[in-house]
Amino acid sequence: MPAAEYDQASLPDLLPLYYRRLFPFSQYYRWLNYGGVTKNYFQNREFSFTLKDDIYLRYQSFSTQSELEKEMQKINPYKIDIGAVYSHRPNQHNTVKSGSFQALEKELVFDIDMTDYDDVRSCCSAADICPKCWTLMTIAIRILDRALRDDFGFHHRLWVYSGRRGVHCWVCDETARKLSVAARSAVAEYLSLVKGGEETVRKVTLTDPIHPFIRESLTVVERYFSPYALLGQDILGSKEATDKVLGLVPEDVRKELLVEFQTIKNPEKRWGRIETMAKNKLTTVKKGHYFDKEIMLQYCYPRLDVNVSKGVNHLLKSPFSVHPKTGRISVPIDLRELDQFDPFDVPTISLICEELDLPLVAGEEEEPEDTKENEKEAGERRKIRDYKRTSLAKYVKLFDQFLEEMARSRKGELLRKSDFQKDF
Amino acid sequence: MEFGSKGNRRKKMLVNAQAEQLYGHCLQFYSQPPIENISLSEFEIFAVERLKLLKTVENLGVSHVKASELYNKKLDKELSNLNFPIRAEADDKKPFSVPSEYDKRRKDHISHFILRLAYCQTEDLRRWFIQQEIDLFRHRFNDLKAQYKKEFLHRNSLHYDTITVEEKNSLTKKLINSSFAVSGVTVKEEDFYKVPFQDALDLVRGRKVYLQEGFVYIPHMDIVTIILNDFRTRLSKALALTARSLPAVLSDERLQPLLNHLSHAYVGQDYSIQKSIGKISLDQIDPLSAKSFPLCTRQLHRALRESHHLRHGGRMQYGLFLKGIGLTLDQALQFWRSEFVKGKVDADKFDKAYAYSIRHMFGKEGKRTDYTPYSCMKVILSNPPSQGDHHGCPFRHSDPELLKQKLQSYKVSSGGVSQILELVKGMHYQLACQKYFELTHNVEDSVFSLNHPNQYFIESQKLLGGPGAGVKVEVKREDNPIPKPSLVAPCQTPAPGNVPQDVAAEMSEDLDSFFQDA
Repeated sequence: MPAAEYDQASLPDLLPLYYRRLFPFSQYYRWLNYGGVTKNYFQNREFSFTLKDDIYLRYQSFSTQSELEKEMQKINPYKIDIGAVYSHRPNQHNTVKSGSFQALEKELVFDIDMTDYDDVRSCCSAADICPKCWTLMTIAIRILDRALRDDFGFHHRLWVYSGRRGVHCWVCDETARKLSVAARSAVAEYLSLVKGGEETVRKVTLTDPIHPFIRESLTVVERYFSPYALLGQDILGSKEATDKVLGLVPEDVRKELLVEFQTIKNPEKRWGRIETMAKNKLTTVKKGHYFDKEIMLQYCYPRLDVNVSKGVNHLLKSPFSVHPKTGRISVPIDLRELDQFDPFDVPTISLICEELDLPLVAGEEEEPEDTKENEKEAGERRKIRDYKRTSLAKYVKLFDQFLEEMARSRKGELLRKSDFQKDF
Repeated sequence: MEFGSKGNRRKKMLVNAQAEQLYGHCLQFYSQPPIENISLSEFEIFAVERLKLLKTVENLGVSHVKASELYNKKLDKELSNLNFPIRAEADDKKPFSVPSEYDKRRKDHISHFILRLAYCQTEDLRRWFIQQEIDLFRHRFNDLKAQYKKEFLHRNSLHYDTITVEEKNSLTKKLINSSFAVSGVTVKEEDFYKVPFQDALDLVRGRKVYLQEGFVYIPHMDIVTIILNDFRTRLSKALALTARSLPAVLSDERLQPLLNHLSHAYVGQDYSIQKSIGKISLDQIDPLSAKSFPLCTRQLHRALRESHHLRHGGRMQYGLFLKGIGLTLDQALQFWRSEFVKGKVDADKFDKAYAYSIRHMFGKEGKRTDYTPYSCMKVILSNPPSQGDHHGCPFRHSDPELLKQKLQSYKVSSGGVSQILELVKGMHYQLACQKYFELTHNVEDSVFSLNHPNQYFIESQKLLGGPGAGVKVEVKREDNPIPKPSLVAPCQTPAPGNVPQDVAAEMSEDLDSFFQDA
């Protein structure tokens, strides 16, 4: 396999190829059309394109898949964002009376960005990521996905790698798309445990009783904590790191531990001491002292950008958009193999474009042309074959499965409704 | 509502028949608009007094934990001062007390509908009105005795689904762990309601309820949440409808100015006055930030100078504050650009990514709203800071330990620090800030009641005689007679007694002063 290095300068040359032969338009349209159940659902959806030099085109909208396709192939956007479904066509928003143009629905989305963890990771900072800190994203996905499914009852959750340093989640259930701003912010707050900015040291505070949601989240964190935080990030290694952790325990405990840690150097043993102290406190003091759990959560619990989830009209980078800085495609993540997901394995635009030029592998040779088939269909089929020859294939397949699942439950819902009506 | 002068006999009879239906319970959902004729002066009095009440609700919500003992006590006091119904008096059944319970309920009813007219026009106004009405309703409902609560549910035909004993038993442990107030006994004895989570957002938000598969399981004692949700939905629908029929009401020239003034009164002074513009030069900002900025913007300023960057929340809060103290758009652009380019952002990137939002703040982009600086209330209540953020209220959003260090480094005496921390502990953030003002300005008793960072700045400049003091004339005149936040005793209104003429005169005087600040 060619190890195609991505070069930002090549992006303008690669994008036309990507949008002409690789971008999964038909799946994309199938997704946003949601079975055509609601009138104008696709037509009233806002797309926003970022062009070269950060030129920003908001309120783009399209009546058909081919219109979207043509436009994207014409302007070759560096980045694609998806916005809300509006009351009117977004590209005509200037023609309707102000105030009546309103965002009505959108997927419930979550945006988790590694930069928000800067105070608790020692390996990298800002936009950088490495396999070590990527575990934080794995934990985040596990915790949130469970809660969205079991607590909120959402079935259609699409997790997507953002292309650089984070992940996005698109909750596509009909109920999720219809949530009000208040409901979105309530969901986001239910899911947020780490609170406070630069002026807060202790960012997690647990009180009795510990809510079942927090219990569930803790079991996830516990699985990763030792290998990730104690060994990987070495949070009880250096003096500085240890002090930071001890800053989160009550003062009397801190004093005791500082003395003990002069002889105990092994991080896991140190952690063992903290846990024991917490347990002792729990039996002696009536009100819960959960500082060990608070530390675990402060270091590992997902940090949401609440404002992204709250707004119905907030834009979020689209799946299968290219990240202009890294060249990586924003691809769906397979939760069945979440622990194996490696952001550095995600194909870049240069890689998949190069793969297109490789000679066909055996078994993939051209099928005999059907003469009756019109040209358009042939073109369509060629395109399908195109992405199948690249490393993008498995991600499109994943997306297909997701869409299939949604179509199935939509059908189930319709059947249920018609049965219900027959009852009368 | 009818505002005509035609006294209609048939209508009057209808009123009497409806009285029991409308005012039979001390709390109502306001589903029937009043249909009686009222005098213009009563209209005004009712409106202003309910507005006062709602302002108190808002202020108490900031300085106290909602539903705490003190909060309840103060709110009850205000309700009783303003002659709105409260439970204690309803229980006493003193039929001859003046004003009578009937009068109070009627006032509650009518005044609510008048404010609907004044507060239906914009999204902002609606949001504010709904929020205060809901807080008020919550207080009044919680205050009811169990039997009245039941009666209320019955009267308004509110039925919610309960879960079976088996379901309850299988969930016992989770139900107990989901709420501080639920014990094994409550699970056994009380009904639990199962409703979609969208109907109990307040409980979901605070993780105060068990949530499974999109449904919440609410113990009977928390039923107020579902009722409030119902109330909110109805009220917001009703406001939307009211907005549609408003033009007809506003065509009445007696009502139009009144309603407009009422709706302007809710925010108080917004510190967007342009008089001060251009009075401050950029090199004055550093010294001013140390002398006359409140802690919140001082902190933002320092963070900006140190990291040459601020995230969105910080840029908004600080940017609008600077606009409020008189920076022009050009100055603002220059100020932010010169700081950002010292960091990771080059001039080109700044112009592309940040300049827009600064012009936006000044109403030069997008929908061209001329944004006003954030009030304390807004800073304290909305958009709390998260990782990497420096905005918010330092008294609300800092660890006490860090706050202490910071105050010490700003040379606040140790006695002063502990006074401030005590106020913070009691959640009186604005008072804590005011204390900080007094300590750093060496004044014993400041004559204002702090509710806006820009007010802090102006008051400070007034004392120090700096360039920002230029606005003081306006501010003095526009100072707000509506009850100020926090511990200030509820506005002294005439004690319950005979309301007629003389008081009405006093009221309209009150109203006059009310209008001056609009």
